[in-house]
Amino acid sequence: MSEQVNVVSVPVAEPAAARRGSRLNPSLIVGGSIVALIIGAALLSFVWTPYDPTRIDAAARLTSYSGDHWLGTDKFGRDVFSQLLVGARTTLFVGIVAVGIAAVIGTPLGIFAGMGSRWAGEIVMRGNDLLLAFPALLMAIMFAAVYGPSTLTAMAAIGIATVPSFARLARSGTLGVMNTEYVLAARAAGRTRRAIAVRHVLPNISGLVIVQSSVAFAIAILAEAALSFLGFGTRPPTPSWGRMLQESQELLHSAPRLALWPGIAIALAVLGFNLLGDGLRDRFDPRLEVRR
Amino acid sequence: MVFALSLLLASAVVFAFMAVLPGDPARVALGVQATPEALEATRAEFGLDRSLPAQYLDWVGGLLQGDLGRSYVTRADIGPQVFDRLQVTAWLVMAGMLVALVIALPLGVLAAVRHRRLSGMMLSGASQVGMAVPSFLAGILLVSVVAVQLGWLPPGGWVVPADDPVQFLRRLILPALALGLVQGAVVTRYVRSAVLDVMREDYLRTARAKGLGPYRALVKHGLRNAAIPVVTVLALQLATLLIGAVVVERVFVIPGLGSLLLDGVANRDLLLVQSVVMVLVLAVLLVNYVVDVLYTVLDPRLRRAG
Repeated sequence: MSEQVNVVSVPVAEPAAARRGSRLNPSLIVGGSIVALIIGAALLSFVWTPYDPTRIDAAARLTSYSGDHWLGTDKFGRDVFSQLLVGARTTLFVGIVAVGIAAVIGTPLGIFAGMGSRWAGEIVMRGNDLLLAFPALLMAIMFAAVYGPSTLTAMAAIGIATVPSFARLARSGTLGVMNTEYVLAARAAGRTRRAIAVRHVLPNISGLVIVQSSVAFAIAILAEAALSFLGFGTRPPTPSWGRMLQESQELLHSAPRLALWPGIAIALAVLGFNLLGDGLRDRFDPRLEVRR
Repeated sequence: MVFALSLLLASAVVFAFMAVLPGDPARVALGVQATPEALEATRAEFGLDRSLPAQYLDWVGGLLQGDLGRSYVTRADIGPQVFDRLQVTAWLVMAGMLVALVIALPLGVLAAVRHRRLSGMMLSGASQVGMAVPSFLAGILLVSVVAVQLGWLPPGGWVVPADDPVQFLRRLILPALALGLVQGAVVTRYVRSAVLDVMREDYLRTARAKGLGPYRALVKHGLRNAAIPVVTVLALQLATLLIGAVVVERVFVIPGLGSLLLDGVANRDLLLVQSVVMVLVLAVLLVNYVVDVLYTVLDPRLRRAG
C-alpha cells in the first residue's frame, strides 16, 4: 500500500518537464554572479587582505586611490578595500544566521499551521500577525536597548522579525500540498501527520522556502547595515559596511569616496540577493515567469 | 475587536520585553554610583517596587488615557515629547509618500504598458536597483552631492513650518527624497505588476478591440481595478516609511520620533524607549487594520464574501 503512495507522489510546485524546459534566466545569472562575487570576497578575506583591516596607520590617514591603497584609507589610516572584504564576511554571517533562525522557526510553524487543527492554525497565524507589528529594525533597537548592541542581538532580532514571512509562506504552501491526491492517498494509507509533513509537504515547499530565503537575506543585509549605521549592530573594530558608512558621514566634505564604496557594496549585495530570489522563483515556478 | 486585542497583546509583548531587562531600572537610570537610599526613592517614585502585573496595568491604563508616564532619567513627561516628535516624523512620512507616489504611478504604468520594449525593461531594471539602496544611504549620497558639493540645500536640521515655511521646505526636500526615492522604486514594481495583471483581463481586450488605444483603454477601464492591490501596498509602505524615517532622521539630524527613540536607547531611558516603541507598533497595527478595511471598501466582492 505504501509503495503505491510513493508512486503517485509527484511534486506540485515543480513539474519535472517544466523544470527541464526552463532555461537560465537573466535575473538568476546576474543575481547569482553578484552573490558569488560577495561570497568570493568573504572567503578571500579569510586568507588574504591587502592590509590588516583594523590596523591604524596615522601616517596614511585619508589617502586617496593609489597603488598602495586601491580604494584609499579612512580617517584612521585603515585600508578601505581590506575593510570592504572583511565587511562582506560580516554581512554574510549576519544574513546566514538571521535567515537561518527565521527559516528554522518559521517553516515548521507554517507547516504546523497548515496541517494541524483549525484552532491550532489560527493561534499560530494570529501570533504571526502580532510579530508582524514589530519590523526588524524596531525589534533590533529593542534588543539593543535591553541587551546592549552587538552583532548577536542584531542577528537574533532580524531573524525573529523575519519568522512571520516564512511561516505565512510555509502555511500557504502546505495548504496547497494538503489538497493534492497523493497526500489524500497517504492519509488514507494511515500515514501519520508527521510522516506526511516530512515526506510530502517539506520537499514540495522547499523551493518556496529557498526563494524566500534569498529575499529575506536581502532584507537582513539592509537591516544589519541600518543597525550598524545607527551604532546598534556590529561593534568596532570588526569591519562592517553599515559602520563604514556611519564613519564616513562626518567626512562628506573632504572624502565623499568613503561613503561611496560601502554604499555600493550594500546596494550590490541587496540587488544580488533580490535578483537571485526573482530568478529562483522563475525557476521553481515557471508559470510566474510571464509576469515579469 | 481584533484590533483592540492585537494592541493589548502587543503592549504585553513590549512590556514583557522591557521587563526581562537584567538588572534594576532604577540603577540603570541613576548609574552605578547611586546610593541605596536614592535607588529606593526612585523605585518608590516610579512605582518600580510593585509587582510586574501591577506595573503593566498602570502603564496600559496610562496609555489608554494618553499618559505615557515620566522618564526615569530626565523625569520629564513622555507624552508631550512623543506628541511633538510625532508631528515632525509625520511630515517626513507624508512627504516621503508623496515623492514615492509621484515617481511610482506614472513610471509603473509606463513600465507595464511598455513591458516588452527596451524602455519598459530599463524602467524595471532601474526600480530593481532603486529597491537595493537603503534610504539612509540615499540620504548620505543626497547630502554629499546636493548639499555639500552643489550647496543647493541645507544638509540637515529642522525648522517648524509655522516659524519659517521656506526654510522648513528647504530642509524637508532631501529627507523626503531619501525616503521617497526608495519607496518609489518598490511601489513602481507593484504598480507595474498590478497594471500588467489588468492588461490581461478580457474586458480590457474588448475595449482595445472596440478601437480604444492602449492608454485610453487603461485609463477608462483598467486603473480602478489596478488600484486595489496598489492602495494596499501603499498603506503597508506607510509602516515601512515610518521605520525608515527612524534612520533617515539620524542622517539629517531631524528631531523626530526616531531620534527620540535612539536617544532613549543611548541614555538607557527605558520607559521612554518602551513608550516610543509602543507608539510605533500602534502605528503599524493601525495601518494594517486600515488596509483590511480598505480592501472591502475598494473591492465589493470581498464584502459579499465576508
